[in-house]
Amino acid sequence: MTTDPSLDSPRTAVSNPPVQPMKANLGPGDVIRASAMPDLPPPERELTPVAKLIDVSKCIGCKACQAACAEWNDTEPEIGYNTGVYENPHDLTPEMFTLMRFSEYENPESGEFEWLIRKDGCMHCADPGCLKACPAPGAIVQYTNGIVDFIHENCIGCGYCITGCPFNIPRVSKTDHRSYKCTLCSDRVAVGQGPACAKACPTQAIVFGTKEDMLTHAEARVEDLKSRGYDKAGIYDPQGVGGAHVFYVLHHADQPALYSGLPEDPQISPVVRGWKGVTKTIGLAAIGAAAVGSVLHGLLARANKVSQQDEHEAEELVDHGIPRAGTERV
Amino acid sequence: MEKRLYSQPGDHIETRAPVTVSRYRGFTRANHWLTAASLIVLLVSGMALFHPSLYGLTALFGGGQVTRWLHPFVGVLLFFSFLVLFLQLWRLNLPRPEDVTWVEHIGEVMKGEEEKLPELGKYNAGQKFVFWAMSVLIVVLIASGVMIWEQYFPHLVSIPVRRWAVLVHSLAAVAIILVFILHVYAAIWTRGTIRAMTRGTVTGGWAWRHHRKWLRELAGRDGRGPAE
Amino acid sequence: MTNAWTDIKNTDLVIVMGGNAAEAHPCGFKWVTEAKATRGARLIVVDPRFTRTASVADYYAPIRPGTDIAFLMGVIRWCIENDKVQWDYVRHYTNAAFLVKEGYGWSEGLFNGYDADKRAYDMSDWEYQIGDDGFALVDPTLQDPRCVWNLLKAHVDVYTPEFVERVTGTPRDRFLHICEAIGECSAPDKVMTSMYALGWTQHAKGAQNIRGMAMLQLILGNIGMRGGGVNALRGHSNIQGLTDLGLMSNLIPGYLSIPRDSEVDFKTYMSTKGNAPLRPGQTSYWQNYRKFMVSFQKAMWGDAATAGNDWAYHYLPKLDVPTYDILRMFDMMARGEVNLYFCQGFNPMLSFPNRAKVTRALSRLKLLVVMDPLQTETAAFWQDHGIYNDVDPASIQTEVIELPTTCFAEDEGATINSGRWLQWHWAGATPPGQARPDTWIMGNLFQRLRELYRTEGGVFPDPIVNLSWDYKDPHEPSAEELAKEMNGRALADLYDPKDPGKLLVPAGAQLSGFGLLRDDGTTMSGCWIFTGSWTQDGNMMARRDNSDPGDAGTFPNWSFSWPANRRILYNRASADLSGKPWDPDRKLIEWDGQQWTGYDVPDIAVTARPEEVMPFIMTNEGTGRLFVRKLMVDGPFPTHMEPFESPVANPLNPKLLGNPAARIFEEDLKQLGTSDAFPFVATSYRLTEHFHFWTKHNRINAALQPEFFVEISEELAAEKGIARGGRVRVWSNRGEVWAKAVVTKRIRPLTCDGKTVHIVGIPLHWGFTGAARKGFGPNSLTPFVGDANIQTPEFKAFLVNIEPAEGEAVS
Repeated sequence: MTTDPSLDSPRTAVSNPPVQPMKANLGPGDVIRASAMPDLPPPERELTPVAKLIDVSKCIGCKACQAACAEWNDTEPEIGYNTGVYENPHDLTPEMFTLMRFSEYENPESGEFEWLIRKDGCMHCADPGCLKACPAPGAIVQYTNGIVDFIHENCIGCGYCITGCPFNIPRVSKTDHRSYKCTLCSDRVAVGQGPACAKACPTQAIVFGTKEDMLTHAEARVEDLKSRGYDKAGIYDPQGVGGAHVFYVLHHADQPALYSGLPEDPQISPVVRGWKGVTKTIGLAAIGAAAVGSVLHGLLARANKVSQQDEHEAEELVDHGIPRAGTERV
Repeated sequence: MEKRLYSQPGDHIETRAPVTVSRYRGFTRANHWLTAASLIVLLVSGMALFHPSLYGLTALFGGGQVTRWLHPFVGVLLFFSFLVLFLQLWRLNLPRPEDVTWVEHIGEVMKGEEEKLPELGKYNAGQKFVFWAMSVLIVVLIASGVMIWEQYFPHLVSIPVRRWAVLVHSLAAVAIILVFILHVYAAIWTRGTIRAMTRGTVTGGWAWRHHRKWLRELAGRDGRGPAE
Repeated sequence: MTNAWTDIKNTDLVIVMGGNAAEAHPCGFKWVTEAKATRGARLIVVDPRFTRTASVADYYAPIRPGTDIAFLMGVIRWCIENDKVQWDYVRHYTNAAFLVKEGYGWSEGLFNGYDADKRAYDMSDWEYQIGDDGFALVDPTLQDPRCVWNLLKAHVDVYTPEFVERVTGTPRDRFLHICEAIGECSAPDKVMTSMYALGWTQHAKGAQNIRGMAMLQLILGNIGMRGGGVNALRGHSNIQGLTDLGLMSNLIPGYLSIPRDSEVDFKTYMSTKGNAPLRPGQTSYWQNYRKFMVSFQKAMWGDAATAGNDWAYHYLPKLDVPTYDILRMFDMMARGEVNLYFCQGFNPMLSFPNRAKVTRALSRLKLLVVMDPLQTETAAFWQDHGIYNDVDPASIQTEVIELPTTCFAEDEGATINSGRWLQWHWAGATPPGQARPDTWIMGNLFQRLRELYRTEGGVFPDPIVNLSWDYKDPHEPSAEELAKEMNGRALADLYDPKDPGKLLVPAGAQLSGFGLLRDDGTTMSGCWIFTGSWTQDGNMMARRDNSDPGDAGTFPNWSFSWPANRRILYNRASADLSGKPWDPDRKLIEWDGQQWTGYDVPDIAVTARPEEVMPFIMTNEGTGRLFVRKLMVDGPFPTHMEPFESPVANPLNPKLLGNPAARIFEEDLKQLGTSDAFPFVATSYRLTEHFHFWTKHNRINAALQPEFFVEISEELAAEKGIARGGRVRVWSNRGEVWAKAVVTKRIRPLTCDGKTVHIVGIPLHWGFTGAARKGFGPNSLTPFVGDANIQTPEFKAFLVNIEPAEGEAVS
């Protein structure tokens, strides 16, 4: 296999990507951030940022992405029940990293009925809340190409990533107690392949490539949608999380909530920021101060000792039951 | 028998020369140490997950997964052991007028000068503070802890509530650690205290010096007449 | 498909009606997405349900199941009335100008010659007026009242927008909006494509639905065009191959006919296959029928087929009825007239209508042999699975033998897609357990049977004893051997008839095209339309060159497309009378003064001068047929017919039951339900998550759609007190099923003939074997009646009732 040294990320925007030989990457030297590792050494290089674009206007809800995801990741989603909806499984699970969500919408402006189908899954935020919330060093990493990946051997299963995520994505397994989510197929991307879902998508509603290419592609898609009367079509690449490496083209970009509750302005919750930020610093400082204060007090102030006099008084009291005059205090 | 105002059943004058006073029964002492041990495990394991620089402490328990698994169970243990303590001790920890005077003289307390302080029952205001602070914080911690107990209660509360729960849990944890430090330090600094929880008794002088009303009540009950 | 999947990218307007391409053909649907994204094409969906296809459509209109003819005739009427007609095309390339016999007529929903007792027409007057010269009379000015065009105008006159709305339930404004969009495609540089599937075929008038669209496309000038055509989306990956190879009860490979009883000898048989041209100078390609037939006989019986014995014509079976289709077979079986049934690669227990009857039929067999890669319900029809298969095994004496076969991923061969591409594939996995290729099983059976006939003789052992079987391993013919045999080869040196000294093909060589086939026994070909697929140059089906000259979407060097590697049928019609493309941007072929050249293999002789030979050489008119003469038993034009079970009477004639020319057996007629007892219209369909009854065996597919459900509107749910996700009972006059209820805005009640019509959608992927939860198929409910012409069962429109089923036993 020959490798192209200039090729560090897959460059393609189609469902069947050319197999471009590429030197495998996404090793430790490509990590730019890792959970609970504030002093991580800088990455050895900067990879070209990648992105997965989900064009909901092309999506037919076939769930091929779900099947491909389960196949590639070798997960075993449960054979559940029908509960009167098309979503199956009914939610993301540790065995199902991506999910088609279906919503029925009667557009009050056009009077038309719309069936809005959105592929849900990890957004691979530039500012990942999961990574911020995670207490286990190296359990969540962010590569320089933008992929946010869970390193399961480091995961302790606390579920803090769930509280950190603005999109309600990670799920902790009941069997191995580790947290799971879309990896953006980091194992495929590392060798020049697009994610399994993008490869399986029959309508190219899911495309993958460099973030730059994907944005260009998305803009063209938005133009097409506008020509079809979707005046509010646009790109959903939430800046509240610093932009994302999975992003959407929406016909109704002004109302992301129509798409099964896609957040309007997602960002890491201030509560989480407060907890992971000032609380930790001030908390540790307070504990440290208390400990130091106690020690200092112990050293500087005389210990509170019981005197012989005290013992004698006690004996007097016990023996005679009479307190000495003047010792009764209020 | 007269009604106890400052002591509880079991408290009694044990010997008279020198005077020793029984302060805690064996069961109470064992339970206290169980609570203490739980709190220490919680503190260490909690701190390990609280700050990256302390994550290494998880090694004490056999790694992050075990630490994550252990912490909430010990929390439940602590909750129940403390509950027993609470039921035993809450009455004597109710605030009394002399506590105000004691607090007003906190500066002297810190210097170990107790001459101007009022006579006290079994607990002083500082001890009462520790007791009530622990009680409140443990309730807060167990409640917020269950909300974030991923393994058994992943869907108990919504994610926004869970975020608050994590924040509250950390704040309460910091607070309880501070209270814990205060408690331990006070016990060490106030010499003669620790034996109350080890041997169960304190010297008469200790009782005279720190909890005179308590001693008087016990002396009134047990003092007169020949010792056994 | 007249065109190819890849060609859909060339279209301006996609109309999906009678199908749900995104749902049932998601991979092919990518070409619609491509057309939308790169050409700005528009997508229109007409369907009883707001489908997955509708979810990405530009416009959607609902329609009552089984009323497509009224809709399509309404569109044709609108186009004629609004002059949205590609006139040059209609005048020259359709039979609009042909004069029809005086006897032909239509009134009150019936054509002339109807015999209600026989449920059949006397079709003799459905024919052209023939002149003294033997050619059909035409009026190129389209003035003659008996010309096809004027008869068509008269025929569609009843289908006003008001009538269409009344029958179909499609709101008039939506219907007219769609007419306008379709009408635009009558311009020579605007092209519409039609994508349909079983939503049109699975009706008692399925073939007429498709005719309706074919006529519309002819009027718009879209047949033969890039991005045009009438495109059948085949429901199985190789169902196209099934029909191509004649796995129909009335066909032999290459769409040749199985002889009938009346065709006692080869001469009689051939006398109806003449297809003499109906216009002077016209090519009528079926005049080569004899060459194809003799080459087929040579492939079958080799040296035993000689000129002296009429090419062993007497070896062929002769039909005593028009077809032994599956309905007839199972009806016979239910009456105890069938002893042994070989069920190879299909699952009648879930695929054939009226499951109770199917079970009864299978129970009367002596031996059932099931060849399948999976454990099918058919093989397990005798097992008691509670409500899911409520039978008494002790009372069923049928012996069942299951022969496990390989699946497509475990063997080698060609799979033929909807676009007629023969795509070779290789084994990707080793077959599990005792699974064997179908060819191994058939090869072994044949060896043993032949041995029995050799040793024991019989009434007529010759066809079996003399069957050509020249395979290296007679117990397992290889895919290569079979493919080469279907392609055909020269049995003697073939010389050019025009230049007898010129050797075209040496004896033994593979033939490069069916033009080389002879009727003198010097060539053999198992399936003439495949000739060219495996030539002296090798396996053309294995080609994987995805270059696309002119970006035409033809991909000529990718696999092999029958016939003759032609990607778009009737492509001569993409150019005008002088041979210039109607739309220069959509050039397929053009006349360069000497010959036809371009991006596709011309569907006409390469040197046939444009104004002399008309494009549709497979008809003897040379034109597309707006009027189809006697070729369809239920009429030369499509006329609105209600489904056999309908909530409303046929407004053209309330006395008509279903398709008046469709066959229905006595017993099944009695089992039809009426709308007072069964007020709701049901329709069956597939879901993307599953493929028929295969993928319920697969964990992942089962997880993606685990449990049987039915879909109903919020209005019907409210009326019946059915909760979303609740359990319901659905029943027809033939059976009942229990299902979860998906209550949705995607199905809306329609108003037809003043009545509110509710629709119940019933997907078809569940049974009682496999990984998914046990469930039912719609065939427990559907009527045992098929299309008048080809007997495809009426699965898409029938009557049911529905009620909540709380508290019933759950699996």
